[in-house]
Amino acid sequence: MLEYFLQHILSFSIWLPIAFGVAVLFTANDNKPCVTRWLALAGSIASFLVTIPLYTHFNFADGGFQFQERFLWIASFSINYHLGADGLAVPLILLTSFTTVIVVMSAWEVIEKRVAQYMASFLIMSGLMIGVFSALDAIFYYVFWEAMLIPMFLVIGIWGGPNRVYATVKFFLYTLLGSLLMLVAFIYMYHQTGSFAITDYYQMPMPLNVQVLIFLAFFAAFAVKIPMWPVHTWLPDAHVEAPTGGSVVLAAIALKLGGYSFLRFAMPIAPDAAHYLSGFMIALSLIAIVYIALVALVQKDMKKLIAYSSISHMGFVTLGFFIFNNLGLEGAIVQMISHGFISAAMFLCVGVLYDRVHSRQIESYGGVANTMPVFAAFVVLFAMANSGLPGTSGFVGEFMVILGAIQVNFWYAFLASFTLIFGAAYTLWMVKRVFYGEVANENVAALKDLNKREFLILAILATLVLALGIYPQPLTDMTNATVNQLLSHLSHSKLPAGF
Amino acid sequence: MTMQQIYLAIPLLPLLAAVVIGLFGKFLPRAAAHIVTIAGVAISFVLSVYVLKDAMVSLPYNETVYSWLKSGNFSFEIGFLIDRLSAMMMVVVTFVSLMVHIYTIGYMHEDKGYARFFSYISLFTFSMLMLVMSNNFMQLFFGWEAVGLVSYLLIGFWYTRPTAIYANLKAFLVNRVGDFGFLLGIGLVLFYFGSLDYAAVFSVAPQMADIQINLIGNASWSLMTVTCILLFIGAMGKSAQVPLHVWLPDSMEGPTPISALIHAATMVTAGIFMVARMSPLFELSTTALSFVLIIGSITALFMGFLGIIQNDIKRVVAYSTLSQLGYMTVALGASAYSVAIFHLMTHAFFKALLFLGAGAVIMGMHHDQDIRNMGNLKKYMPVTWITSLIGSLALIGTPFFAGFYSKDSIIEAAKFSTIPGSGFAYFAVLAGVFVTAFYSFRMYFLVFHGKEKWREVKHHDAHHDDAHDDHDHHHGLSPTDDPHEPGWVVKLPLILLAIPSLAIGYLAIEPMLFGDFFKGVIFVNSEAHPAMQELTHHWHHIFHSATGMAIHGFMTLPFALAASGVFVAWFFYMKRPDIPAAIQKRFALINSILENKYGFDSFNDRFFAAGSRFIGNKLWLIGDVKIIDGALVNGTANLIGKLSLVVRKLQSGLIYHYAFAMIIGVFLMLTFFSKV
Repeated sequence: MLEYFLQHILSFSIWLPIAFGVAVLFTANDNKPCVTRWLALAGSIASFLVTIPLYTHFNFADGGFQFQERFLWIASFSINYHLGADGLAVPLILLTSFTTVIVVMSAWEVIEKRVAQYMASFLIMSGLMIGVFSALDAIFYYVFWEAMLIPMFLVIGIWGGPNRVYATVKFFLYTLLGSLLMLVAFIYMYHQTGSFAITDYYQMPMPLNVQVLIFLAFFAAFAVKIPMWPVHTWLPDAHVEAPTGGSVVLAAIALKLGGYSFLRFAMPIAPDAAHYLSGFMIALSLIAIVYIALVALVQKDMKKLIAYSSISHMGFVTLGFFIFNNLGLEGAIVQMISHGFISAAMFLCVGVLYDRVHSRQIESYGGVANTMPVFAAFVVLFAMANSGLPGTSGFVGEFMVILGAIQVNFWYAFLASFTLIFGAAYTLWMVKRVFYGEVANENVAALKDLNKREFLILAILATLVLALGIYPQPLTDMTNATVNQLLSHLSHSKLPAGF
Repeated sequence: MTMQQIYLAIPLLPLLAAVVIGLFGKFLPRAAAHIVTIAGVAISFVLSVYVLKDAMVSLPYNETVYSWLKSGNFSFEIGFLIDRLSAMMMVVVTFVSLMVHIYTIGYMHEDKGYARFFSYISLFTFSMLMLVMSNNFMQLFFGWEAVGLVSYLLIGFWYTRPTAIYANLKAFLVNRVGDFGFLLGIGLVLFYFGSLDYAAVFSVAPQMADIQINLIGNASWSLMTVTCILLFIGAMGKSAQVPLHVWLPDSMEGPTPISALIHAATMVTAGIFMVARMSPLFELSTTALSFVLIIGSITALFMGFLGIIQNDIKRVVAYSTLSQLGYMTVALGASAYSVAIFHLMTHAFFKALLFLGAGAVIMGMHHDQDIRNMGNLKKYMPVTWITSLIGSLALIGTPFFAGFYSKDSIIEAAKFSTIPGSGFAYFAVLAGVFVTAFYSFRMYFLVFHGKEKWREVKHHDAHHDDAHDDHDHHHGLSPTDDPHEPGWVVKLPLILLAIPSLAIGYLAIEPMLFGDFFKGVIFVNSEAHPAMQELTHHWHHIFHSATGMAIHGFMTLPFALAASGVFVAWFFYMKRPDIPAAIQKRFALINSILENKYGFDSFNDRFFAAGSRFIGNKLWLIGDVKIIDGALVNGTANLIGKLSLVVRKLQSGLIYHYAFAMIIGVFLMLTFFSKV
């Protein structure tokens, strides 16, 4: 029994939340939302528990794919149902299943309309995203990749703000256009190898010009998702219109799909192109870190500010990828996980205020710490984490990437280090304007501090942010072997003999 | 208990107390806040004394506590290096912290954030201990940023005041500018030395002395110079050296006990401690030392001038702290690291004393901080008066007092230093002696002697009007009231701090500077930087003992300068108060330069703060909104829309249009293929 479960643990991780999501849909009745809520919570917790053995049974010495499952799905195109997870995927899978619990809790009494559909969207989305992180067949992956857009589209489109139609269309077109090019790349490689197995692509020699085209096709898909400058403008709009849960999933996980895929596809499939284009990628990353941080500084809408802050932090992820060393790559992975916690927490905090005052504008607030002292304490903690304070998870990734970057070029590290100043400036300036000072208006005076549910959510996230900051080694132990293997793969040219 | 458990207990007890009070303080009785935290820091202090005694006889302890992170070939660890330098710092930190904890019972007793305050200062004690006990650069950076965090929280402790929340954001950001350099310095160390462990780095440092790196084009730079200057930029932020000093005067917005603990005695000296710890690196670059020396001398002299015109009692002490930090930095630049640490220690005692004394005065004056409203307080607050006098005498370097030994040694070191900039440094520290004596005793006379001016019309300084320490609706003493000295929780720390301010220099100078206290801890290349050797020579051939040095001290130029400073202050402010007013009028330009603090603040506000907001706005409105969204994203959508309008016209639905197009197509294809 246990044996069978462990052999199919990835399938369980994918399909259990989806099954619960479908079940939740059957309870749809807004007059009696309690059944729906408890079922969704049970489903999300069960789905999270199912993923735990991925950590406890993980072989830390093995850098390859573990927990593999494989059978033929569509014989005529040799498309396989092929799953597997390595030290890169497992942390992200755990992050996904964990975040889903948080999102279900955060929606508890906040969402009153179409509760079942809302909860189901997130449960199904969770399964689909875990599918993206564990699929080892290109088409199988592609299906998950595109499918997860649908629930997200619905979440923003149905429960979103007034300008949601523009935001959803922009979000959808941006991401769809990019992924079509990725599909073209897959079809080309299928023609060359007769296989959709990702691992076959890893071995496939390609001349540089082909590699560059393949890389750029992937780049179109992944850069939009991360998002990298200059294809980032969908994100602030999507965040502003999305309900709190949508923002949380978008920031905590959806962005990581892009980062993950760079490491899973673009770089190992086209390693020579990755080296060839690394200067370009680093330039885009540094622009994201500096340019976007300055843009974040002048935002008047809290969600927009955090959205821009996300883009800036994701700049560290892509910078870490393309400096090709251990510190950079592992730092990038740590940064992805850490950003999952911190951005989720920040968006939840904005949600706490929005639920009470129905405004996201910084100028609507002032002196919130007077009426919500406990909440203010949490916000200061998360703000410090967002500014990369040592002892919080926000520091670890940035520290590693900066130390990795200086080994390649002093000036990369120099530019990236501006985040120390700007990151603190935009985050703490917002905290100052919203939380400190005298009570600014009646709305603030009438605020009630966190309820038990909100307290629990933020306390869990705060614990994780601190734990990962004080002792990050368990995470890097997981990624170590995988990163070593990836780096050695990247150091071998895939150019065919004679080129 | 093994030594290792003791080392762990010293920082963890204050942390535990901070966490308990921080999380559960509001469920516990009010007294629990100070009982728990004082117990924590008191045990830490006792254990630290034990550790110092142990360090005097045993070898340094250097072990890992746990492995923080491993990545590739690099490993980052949390660990302790306990030698005499760290042990001495631990004693100073826990002692001053204990005094401040006790004092706080009196100072904050009406405040509604009582438990929060105790939690913060205990958290600070933990962070500062982690900083000084670290055996590697990463943990140093941890402690470095953690003390910055607590400083941020405490400057903004009264978070409803606009000036306080402006000051704490400013302090954090200016410190981040320093950390920017510090982090890059750490990055270079890791890259070139392959480790962040002190012992590993210092042991290979001499082989790195000649390495050149290219940063811009082909111009080659010495690795050690670049690294040391970057590290020192971190110290400039934390230890408030020009031009990163701007946050420290504003930090006076915080409650007075933390001004004593954080912004005078301990945190701001972290930069000094760091450079002394890194002496094996700094010794390899005379250029970097020269940079350190010049920055230090500018800070020592020019920040002292600003102390002269302040009327807020805390700001006078704050500028004096800036100036004294400059002195310590000068000592570092002159390669007299042990002298810098010595002054750090004596300064910690007498400056904490002066701040706590100022706090007692503020309490007595019902939270009026303007020294022009005070006077003759010696009559009403005798303990505060005597202890403040001791602190002031120590500060100006009166022979036999603690400050004399450390400050005179710095002046001597600057004199003997041979590196570029030492001439200016010597002048700056000498002139600084007069300035220090003048502003210290200006304040002393105005506060403790003369007329009881609160009985007359009140002064309200336009610049610092809302900056006063006026929590809980205090608006100064009414003309008919007498000031009262606070209770024993306030007086006891004053007395306990006055004792080392008197005696510690006399007792400690010989072992610390000329004995082997810092042997194996601080490294000096005497051939290149002979100041310390000369100083030792002087001691053995001229002074012979601490008494000899003090007696000799009465006949030196610094003593004459200090004495004349005191005399001029007395003459100007007690005898002829019309003179300073006349000088102010006569030299209006200089006065306004000083009033504007040399324009640093307005420059930073206009150039850096407003500048980055301006650029941010342009990038957002032009880059994102106009170009990317306007031209590219929506532009593409519009273009597709327009194209489809055109294309739609082709689909007219009339058969002959399609037939015509088909025939044209057939002809074109025929033409194309027939050529082949």
